[in-house]
Amino acid sequence: MTIRQLSVFVENKTGHLNTILAVLAKNNININALTVADTSDYGLLRMLVSDPEKAVQALQTEHYSVRIHEVLSLEMSAEPGSMSHILDLFTAAGLSIEYVYAFSFGSKSILVIRTDNKEKAIEVIKENKLISIHESDLKNAI
Amino acid sequence: MIWNEKIECMSREDMRALQSKNLIDLVNRVYNNVPFYRHRMDEMGVKPSDIHSIDDIVKLPFTYKTDLRDNYPFDLFAVPMKDIVRVHASSGTTGKPTTVGYTLNDIENWKEVLSRCLAMAGITSEDVIQVSYGYGLFTGGLGVHYGAENMGCTVIPISGGNTRRQLQLMSDFGSTVLACTPSYALHLGDALAEHGYSLEDMKVKIGIFGAEPWTENMRLELEKKWGIKAFDIYGLSEIMGPGVANDCPAHTGLHVHEDHFYPEIVDADTKQPLADGMEGELVFTTLTKEGIPLLRYNTRDLSTLNREKCTCGRTSVRMKKITGRSDDMLIIRGVNLFPSQIEHVLLEMGETSAHYLLYVDKENNLDTLELQVEMDESNLMDTIRDLQMLSNKIQHALNSAIGLSVKVTLVEPKTIARSEGKAVRVIDKRKLTPNP
Repeated sequence: MTIRQLSVFVENKTGHLNTILAVLAKNNININALTVADTSDYGLLRMLVSDPEKAVQALQTEHYSVRIHEVLSLEMSAEPGSMSHILDLFTAAGLSIEYVYAFSFGSKSILVIRTDNKEKAIEVIKENKLISIHESDLKNAI
Repeated sequence: MIWNEKIECMSREDMRALQSKNLIDLVNRVYNNVPFYRHRMDEMGVKPSDIHSIDDIVKLPFTYKTDLRDNYPFDLFAVPMKDIVRVHASSGTTGKPTTVGYTLNDIENWKEVLSRCLAMAGITSEDVIQVSYGYGLFTGGLGVHYGAENMGCTVIPISGGNTRRQLQLMSDFGSTVLACTPSYALHLGDALAEHGYSLEDMKVKIGIFGAEPWTENMRLELEKKWGIKAFDIYGLSEIMGPGVANDCPAHTGLHVHEDHFYPEIVDADTKQPLADGMEGELVFTTLTKEGIPLLRYNTRDLSTLNREKCTCGRTSVRMKKITGRSDDMLIIRGVNLFPSQIEHVLLEMGETSAHYLLYVDKENNLDTLELQVEMDESNLMDTIRDLQMLSNKIQHALNSAIGLSVKVTLVEPKTIARSEGKAVRVIDKRKLTPNP
């Protein structure tokens, strides 16, 4: 039901994001999705990568503050209103969204979402038969 | 184990008699051999014949760091240079260095008190002690070295610095004791994984940490990080070097080797002696020292004294662990602040690392405080809100502990410079740009 996401603490310094990406490149780790949340002093880099454990190890060796979190990942149909439809279901269940981002993988449109209540969110997904994306789904591009 | 039971468990009356005898001898020696003390005592109208017991110590003049500087290099020595076998000196970062000289007897006494300290921590001749204090003019390395050799320990005189080699030799040689500053012990502990080691590779079981003020929370943190028993060794080169006092497994204060170093507590402002249990500046008189004997040397370290018998069996006076000095106290908007208070709050929260740097500055004539704290490498929150809550939480904890508002900035791990000797915790920019 969930997918492993990497979060990395990034200070606001010129060129700093790229030094993190270089660590992943050096270790032959592919990035499937990436988003940055920023404040004036620092940012949080969130990523879905091909090998989360290897990525954590590589980044910790270079002294980054990094951690794996389990987040929800859903497949959306590639048509107008599909994301709005999913969010409606969560709202109806009284769930609030902490953060959300979307990306496409091959022909699939994928939504990554974190709510304030994971258990309840999973219930909504099951009840409405939404399609979860698993890490194995992101191994080979179609 | 108690290294010198006769002295360390002596009755209070016998100890006072011994101290009285040694004080009378000391005052005669400095009056007759050190012009500086003869002048001071003459000025105050005190003669050696006025000193009858240890209680008369309050009649004697104080000595301050500036007196050592003013008499640089050797003018406070009480014996001819032919009897001095070794000289140590401070780094002199804030002026001229201060120099101290030792006779053969002084070195013997130093070994003796150091052996008492190490035995107090449970160290025996079976132990392999890695001495990661700096060797050279600094007293830390050589002081611990001679004391440990005197006990029959195997000494690894590695000195400070070179983290990779420290860990490699610790693993290869099977060091059972690590002796260094607490901040360097923290750094070495953090560096284990980075250099491919885990605690299973290490045999270290005891830490002898000192040479800078540190908190009880830091002691517990180091015990946890290393899986060891950590002990606080206290000393300063003016008095002897490391080995003036050490804590026993009860950790209820550091036992002072008071047959050699007589402690007093005085009020920081009035310099009047304070009763046991009251906090003030710690003052030492070197009862047996020959090379550079000092009367009532004011250490500026803040402590209290306790003369009750300890559960470990020792009767020697205990001084409260030093967590601050009267001269590293910051005055921020009129509020007194010791860096150790920050360390205490951070370690108590336990949600960040213990590595921090405090920036003090002035903005529109108001003091400002910024605290940079390193994030824990493996304990990152996933949302900005949680991170902001963490910095707010630190802010609130500091505010209620010290009554000051502090800007908290979270920084990446390993971005605050590590010290291999004494830690730098404060950058006071007010001193760099004085107001006109």
